[in-house]
Amino acid sequence: MPTFARNQWYVAAYSRELGRELFPRTILGEPIVFYRTESGDAVALADRCVHRRYPLSESRLEGDTIVCGYHGFTYDRAGSCVFVPGQSRIPRTARVASYPLVEQDSFVWVWIGDRDKADPTLVPRAPWLADPAYTTVSGMEPLRARYELLVDNLMDLSHETYLHGGYIGTPEVANTPITTEVDEENEIIYVSRHMADAECPSFYARSTGIEGRITRWQDIEYHPPCLYLLHSRIAPVGVLPNDDGTDPDAFHVEVVYAITPETEHSTHDFWAVARDFALDDQEVSDFLAESNRTVVLQDVRALDVLEQVIQSEPDGYQELSINIDTGGLAARRFLRRMAERAAPGALVRS
Amino acid sequence: MTAMLRGNTVFRIHWVLNTDRLLGVCHCGAEHESQDPVELWDWLLAHPEGHEEEPAR
Repeated sequence: MPTFARNQWYVAAYSRELGRELFPRTILGEPIVFYRTESGDAVALADRCVHRRYPLSESRLEGDTIVCGYHGFTYDRAGSCVFVPGQSRIPRTARVASYPLVEQDSFVWVWIGDRDKADPTLVPRAPWLADPAYTTVSGMEPLRARYELLVDNLMDLSHETYLHGGYIGTPEVANTPITTEVDEENEIIYVSRHMADAECPSFYARSTGIEGRITRWQDIEYHPPCLYLLHSRIAPVGVLPNDDGTDPDAFHVEVVYAITPETEHSTHDFWAVARDFALDDQEVSDFLAESNRTVVLQDVRALDVLEQVIQSEPDGYQELSINIDTGGLAARRFLRRMAERAAPGALVRS
Repeated sequence: MTAMLRGNTVFRIHWVLNTDRLLGVCHCGAEHESQDPVELWDWLLAHPEGHEEEPAR
């Protein structure tokens, strides 16, 4: 069974990670080298010289071309070989794959699948990350676990109470009913948990300055396979948005994850936290960055362990799903469907 | 209850407040209750099979 949904956009990096240095990263099992041209355009090429497979990321840039660090094969930004050592004839097959990229919302998105299906308008949005009305902290942690485990983890936030108690978890998170909505056609999953009267976890108490209990809304919007948005609204108990949709008395935090498979058993766990308050307060930025990274690392530690356990078990191991897994089950189904659709021989969307 | 997604083929599952029950609502309007999300998804995804028998309330 195919593991990856190849014909989809994935976050490969933050825009800030790419520059005039050659930057390697493996996405969906494919080693890729990234760089920027002299005019600043982002480029992604297969990270293996066609000659003897030497990593181009271990080579050097000359203008907008990469000169292989082993024998000097030289590739342009489209992956075509423009120079081979010691001879004038360039073999027709001397080219490396290039990958379509889109830079949007502070991310570099890459398309690994069939080139003719790479529609830039299909890249899902996380506009807060590049919006001056928000301040964002972000990072990326390597996860030594299959990406499906991170999707499971993020689709059910009741684990916050247990795995992240004292940071973002409070008793009400696990005890509040949820509504799950699944749009079959557009392949979006939305999970709402609206807590009317909840304890304020330190993550929000220290960043917002709210004292006492809060109205806490957690709305998950997952665009499988890669983009996960958590719309978080925090306000003093009883403070609701106005009828016209404006919401000046609440604090809004947009927590964004990009879940990008590295290999079948490892994942790039991109995380970002954007807020619409205390915009210039560096202390709040430092606190949110440190707290969220701590939470992410708690997940990473747990999922790394879980990956080892699952790998040691025979296929078809038994699980038990309960009410909290309603959204996660829908996510698994979409991911399976997307992977099957991208498999060789798949003709139509099931 | 909350309705955030507006497409023509949206399934909704509400966790009924203060109970262990899940209420599934198909895009055709049919409803079904269950205490097992796997069973409830099977019912929703079987649409239209079995969805005429339980009129929407």
